[in-house]
Amino acid sequence: MADFGYIIQEDRQINYDANDRTLFYFLKRVEPSISLCIGCGTCSATCTAGQFTQFDLHKIMLYVRRGEKVHIANEIKKCMLCGKCSLACPKGINTRNIIFQTRKFLHSNK
Amino acid sequence: MNKSVIVIGGGIAGMEASAYLSAMGFNVTLFEKDEKLGGHLLNWERLFPTKRLGSEVLTFLKKGMDEKINVHTKTNITKINAENGKYFVTNHNDEIFEADALLITTGYDLFDARRKEEYGYGIYDNVITSAELETMFLSGKPIVNKQGKVPKRIGFVHCVGSRDRKVGNVYCSKVCCVTAVKQATEIREHLPDCETYCFYMDLRMYGAKFEELYNEAQEKYGVTFIRGRLSEANETIDGSLLVKVEDTLVGRPLKMTVDLLVLMVGFEPSKGTKDIAKILNLNTNSNGFIEVADEHTLTNVTNLKGVFVAGTTTSPRTITNTINDARAAAAEIACYLNLYTIQSRNN
Ligand SMILES: Cc1cc2nc3c(=O)[nH]c(=O)nc-3n(C[C@H](O)[C@H](O)[C@H](O)COP(=O)(O)OP(=O)(O)OC[C@H]3O[C@@H](n4cnc5c(N)ncnc54)[C@H](O)[C@@H]3O)c2cc1C
Ligand code: SF4
Ligand code: SF4
Ligand code: SF4
Repeated sequence: MADFGYIIQEDRQINYDANDRTLFYFLKRVEPSISLCIGCGTCSATCTAGQFTQFDLHKIMLYVRRGEKVHIANEIKKCMLCGKCSLACPKGINTRNIIFQTRKFLHSNK
Repeated sequence: MNKSVIVIGGGIAGMEASAYLSAMGFNVTLFEKDEKLGGHLLNWERLFPTKRLGSEVLTFLKKGMDEKINVHTKTNITKINAENGKYFVTNHNDEIFEADALLITTGYDLFDARRKEEYGYGIYDNVITSAELETMFLSGKPIVNKQGKVPKRIGFVHCVGSRDRKVGNVYCSKVCCVTAVKQATEIREHLPDCETYCFYMDLRMYGAKFEELYNEAQEKYGVTFIRGRLSEANETIDGSLLVKVEDTLVGRPLKMTVDLLVLMVGFEPSKGTKDIAKILNLNTNSNGFIEVADEHTLTNVTNLKGVFVAGTTTSPRTITNTINDARAAAAEIACYLNLYTIQSRNN
């Protein structure tokens, strides 16, 4: 492509109407506790993966809800399923199972 | 002769305080400007946090109003004079009533949502207030938007006219967060296929059973909470609304369309409260509500001897807290009129 000396920035807005939230609806069915997340970040604070990489579980939980799928698949690989986050979550959310089920969903919907 | 009390404003606070004062043997006269007693409670179908009917609470309050209480509805107060520790209240017919103490329970008005122009209330068809949604619930008619369409998605905007320096109201109205949560779950009961979204800055779930209602809203009813204050709403061609908000937990702007946008309007001191404050020369606080003598210890006492206050006349509050406050005011007035020595603490 010809170089005109400028680039077009991608829209940063979350376009809620256009997004695909099937992953969230799937998770709500198999792990209903996902609905209770209040975004407090305790899970991220305790996460060993998050200590050494950009991985941030509470953000992933939000991206799932908003249907922002793009980064989820890559990000979720960084989790080692240790389960510390589930122990720490004040809402008793089975976060480990959410990650597990997300991987399963992404695997079968490739 | 028994001592007498005039109560101005026949909402929850006025009714409950009248009932207690009369039961304690005082002569009570209650003035209400509207046709019916009950105030705002008349307009709410179901109440947080239990979702019981508002009419049940009204029935309870009415039961307390014995026949000795002189109730004057459709009455406006034009003048109040004080002489030798007595108060003389003049109504719109120039009739004069005498009392040893006054209780002001003139309550609140709802914030006029047209003042938040960016949300389009009064301009766009499908922007309504929380109070109007209650009227819809109360009517028992199906929930439809202005075009007669059953909504598929409804947004609730918290803090409209509250916590907002630009409209001059820095305070929190205290009941609108939990009202939004309640109304969002009621929508899901009426319309199981309709998605509901609450746009909030913080969720203030301080009362007994509030947090439980919030948990239930998420888990049982699938209400979605998005932290961020709407910057604007715009009408689309089919009458739905495109809302813009920063999803502050994600850290990115978000846009979505909703079929109905409900504004959680806040409290302001009522016109009646402001009028009476002016007539009597009562001090008002920085928020425009009537100032109490001490925020911790004298919450029913004003700057005038013999003039007391209760309910939302002094600040936004729930029904539970209004009823408690009314009973506290009745006790305070009884101590004052019976010259109990505990009164000396107030000076
Ligand atoms: C949308 C919404 C929903 C709510 N839902 C709930 C709920 O579910 N549960 C809950 O606990 N709380 C709820 N509340 C709060 C509740 O409405 C208040 O706590 C309650 O109404 C306060 O009662 P009040 O007597 O202090 O004031 P008001 O209800 O305002 O009563 C004041 C009375 O004084 C009269 N008056 C005013 N000026 C004069 C005058 N000059 N002369 C004579 N009479 C006068 C008025 O006509 C009125 O009858 C809700 C509030 C809102 C906005
Ligand atoms: S700790 Fe639990 S409630 Fe808090 S952000 Fe993580 S999953 Fe959500
Ligand atoms: S299970 Fe995954 S997300 Fe949870 S603490 Fe362990 S590594 Fe982090
Ligand atoms: S109760 Fe909630 S919606 Fe109402 S003013 Fe306070 S924070 Fe805002």
